[in-house]
Amino acid sequence: MPESIEIQVLRYRPEQESEPVWQSYVVPFTEDMSVLQGLQHIKDDVDGTLGFRWSCRMAICGSCGMMINGKPELSCKTFLRDLLPGPVRIEALAHFPIERDLIVSVEPFVKKLEGIKPYIIPREPRSLEQGEYLQTPRQLEQFEQYSGCINCMLCYAACPQFGLDPEFTGPGVLALLHRYNADSRDGGREERMQIVNTEEGVWSCTAVGYCSEVCPKHVDPANAVNQNKVNSAKDYFLRFLSPKGASR
Amino acid sequence: METFQCDVAIVGAGGAGLRAAIAVAQADPTLSVALISKVYPMRSHTVAAEGGAAAVTQAHDSLEAHFHDTVAGGDWLCEQDVVELFVGQAHEEMVQMEHWGCPWSRTADGHANVRAFGGMKIERTWFAADKTGFHMLHTLFQTSMQFPSIRRFDEHFCVDLVVDEGQLRGVVTVEIATGEFRFIQAKSVIIATGGAGRVFRENTNGGIVTGDGMALAYRHGVPLRDMEFVQYHPTCMPGTGLLFTEACRGEGGFLLNKDGYRYLQDYGLGPAEPTPRNKAMELGPRDRLSQAYWHEKQKGRTIPGPHGDVVHLDLRHLGEKKLRERLPQIYELSLEYLGVDPAKAPIPVLPAVHYTMGGITADGRTASTLPGLYSVGECSSVGIHGANRLGSNSLTELIVFGKVAGVEAAAFAKRTSHGGEAQAQLLADESQRRAMVVATRKGNERTATLRREMARSMEDGCGIYRTASTMQSTCDKLAELKERCARVQIDDASKAWNTDWLLAIELGYLLDVAEAMAHSALNRRESRGSHQRLDGFEQRDDANYLKHTLAKYRPGAAPVIGYGPVKITTSPPGTRAYGAAGEAADREAKELAHA
Repeated sequence: MPESIEIQVLRYRPEQESEPVWQSYVVPFTEDMSVLQGLQHIKDDVDGTLGFRWSCRMAICGSCGMMINGKPELSCKTFLRDLLPGPVRIEALAHFPIERDLIVSVEPFVKKLEGIKPYIIPREPRSLEQGEYLQTPRQLEQFEQYSGCINCMLCYAACPQFGLDPEFTGPGVLALLHRYNADSRDGGREERMQIVNTEEGVWSCTAVGYCSEVCPKHVDPANAVNQNKVNSAKDYFLRFLSPKGASR
Repeated sequence: METFQCDVAIVGAGGAGLRAAIAVAQADPTLSVALISKVYPMRSHTVAAEGGAAAVTQAHDSLEAHFHDTVAGGDWLCEQDVVELFVGQAHEEMVQMEHWGCPWSRTADGHANVRAFGGMKIERTWFAADKTGFHMLHTLFQTSMQFPSIRRFDEHFCVDLVVDEGQLRGVVTVEIATGEFRFIQAKSVIIATGGAGRVFRENTNGGIVTGDGMALAYRHGVPLRDMEFVQYHPTCMPGTGLLFTEACRGEGGFLLNKDGYRYLQDYGLGPAEPTPRNKAMELGPRDRLSQAYWHEKQKGRTIPGPHGDVVHLDLRHLGEKKLRERLPQIYELSLEYLGVDPAKAPIPVLPAVHYTMGGITADGRTASTLPGLYSVGECSSVGIHGANRLGSNSLTELIVFGKVAGVEAAAFAKRTSHGGEAQAQLLADESQRRAMVVATRKGNERTATLRREMARSMEDGCGIYRTASTMQSTCDKLAELKERCARVQIDDASKAWNTDWLLAIELGYLLDVAEAMAHSALNRRESRGSHQRLDGFEQRDDANYLKHTLAKYRPGAAPVIGYGPVKITTSPPGTRAYGAAGEAADREAKELAHA
């Protein structure tokens, strides 16, 4: 087992560099170290100027996505032992504007999320006194997987279509859209299908499927997008039969 | 400096801050809300909570039982009137979360399911698999997007409160991406910044959990209450401290020592039975379980590992199918981080710091001693956890008291007007100047070095068991670190995303909070809940210490430690017992009540 490993980071500091430059660091290696721990070592003891986001360390907060050897990954659950002998090459997530070093702008993602009405639009009103909506485990299963999106944006970095067209709603947000549409408590599908049906909705997807491959939480956004293509196509045809369009 | 004017400013956008923001928006949509977070809301540490949220749900359960479990679990240091309010509101808030779409796990007939949890007599913990905090946080975040009166300031770091002669005027923030300061002028402020677990070395907390809001309120004269009570969670990952939820044991997991023996039966938690019995063995409270680990280690019955001695969390008998369904995240964490398949081998675990029971002193309506300042969630001491929090009470706390804080802060804002702009602006400028000193000062100290020394010292002096001499050493060390902190020089001179600078400011917050903890601990000459001493104060001492510790900040000096009364309503301090002994004590209490 080596005692150290080289980590190369693509640096970009807008106040200093007009374009990104590679910088190399050597960090001590242990069998159980994550890439994040390697970066923390650099930040703490070598170079405090290195910029990256992180928090939970356990693949649930979604902060620490980055390109590791060209692949979108969470740095907290990518281990240096799997990248031997190195060097490990780290860049900011692809397809997003870089704010600094490994930090990309999250704003485009959040704006898209806000745009899909990501909340329950009740199918039937219910007061708190009436208690919870009944939802069987089978009904829960219809959307539970898609509710597991941690907003890490790895799927966007994997999506060639988003790379070409930043207006594309994209896999993660479409999975969340589907999460609400597929929820038995929700009646907002009609409003959301207007987003799905647009050029920037599902029809931008070219079914590459790399989004699902890189998803660290097995949300399978490609499947959500695909189901919405079916729904959108149905919507299209039913529109000729019903003046208001159809969504159920 | 730019000024942004709002009615209510909320610092922190985790579960508590988001719930409070929604409550303000629903109370009065004409009130403007500034929701400030140093991260995007969905990154907040609520996200990492796993096991569930408690609320009395089943027909054979009762509010009295939840009240009693909580008060006894807190070793009678709870504000009992506040606990009454808490248990009474819990279920409605859980239903509210359900209406907002939280994907609660369900029974076959479609009702929300409940699971067993440590120290809870009856199953009452609502759960969303083992990602309950994650689902609650995302549900609240996404739900908050429908309220136009909530203006988010994501990735804005709070450097100070603006308080003019006892009048709260707002907060000062730094926009992290640009380094620009902003004065957020507000009529009322809710602090919802979470805990401070990062003051300890081995902890379950995210890197952002640095006690910011506690330190800010403390520096402005609001006492920090009961800070000596820090919870060690008994089942964490060696080396990183990552959490294996209590639900592992709620679902039937065992804790084994090096001989494969369920050692908890030796610590008043037995008898050991093959299936979980509530409030016994592995379903005892966290303080007792972490203490039992310590004793096993002293006896040489733990298992040596590369990151310290461990015991085994054995889930094998639950089978892969149940583990995948009920504990999917635990399954993956164990497999991916440790290379241990929990269906085939036991998981090595040890205790790590998890939760700060104490916090910003708040009354039952979340108000502090500073008019217009409210606090909620882990940063707050509203009084429900006492000396030891029961698992699954904290997620419920976020939503029950998040709503209360929102309603109260809205009402305060409505009866108050902005004022003293010129003076407030001057104070905001002064806050900016102080923050910039940290960015520009010269010296020979490094943030990370001081942070590591602090975390090590807190573990050594204020760990699971404490003595006066170890606590005194920690107090001395912290005084030294605070002095050295003034000589920290950062590497980074830029404005955009200068996290080097923000980490140095956070170090100041951490050290203030750590000092409040260590001095509060040193002064409590008894053992209660999570505060356990080995130096002649091994027993609970109600005559002298059935009271809240109040740490008051002094600039440039150690805090002044004072005390305040504890509200007892229906439950006078009794024997805190679990397992068979606990059941006997319950029977006795019942007979007494009927006599």
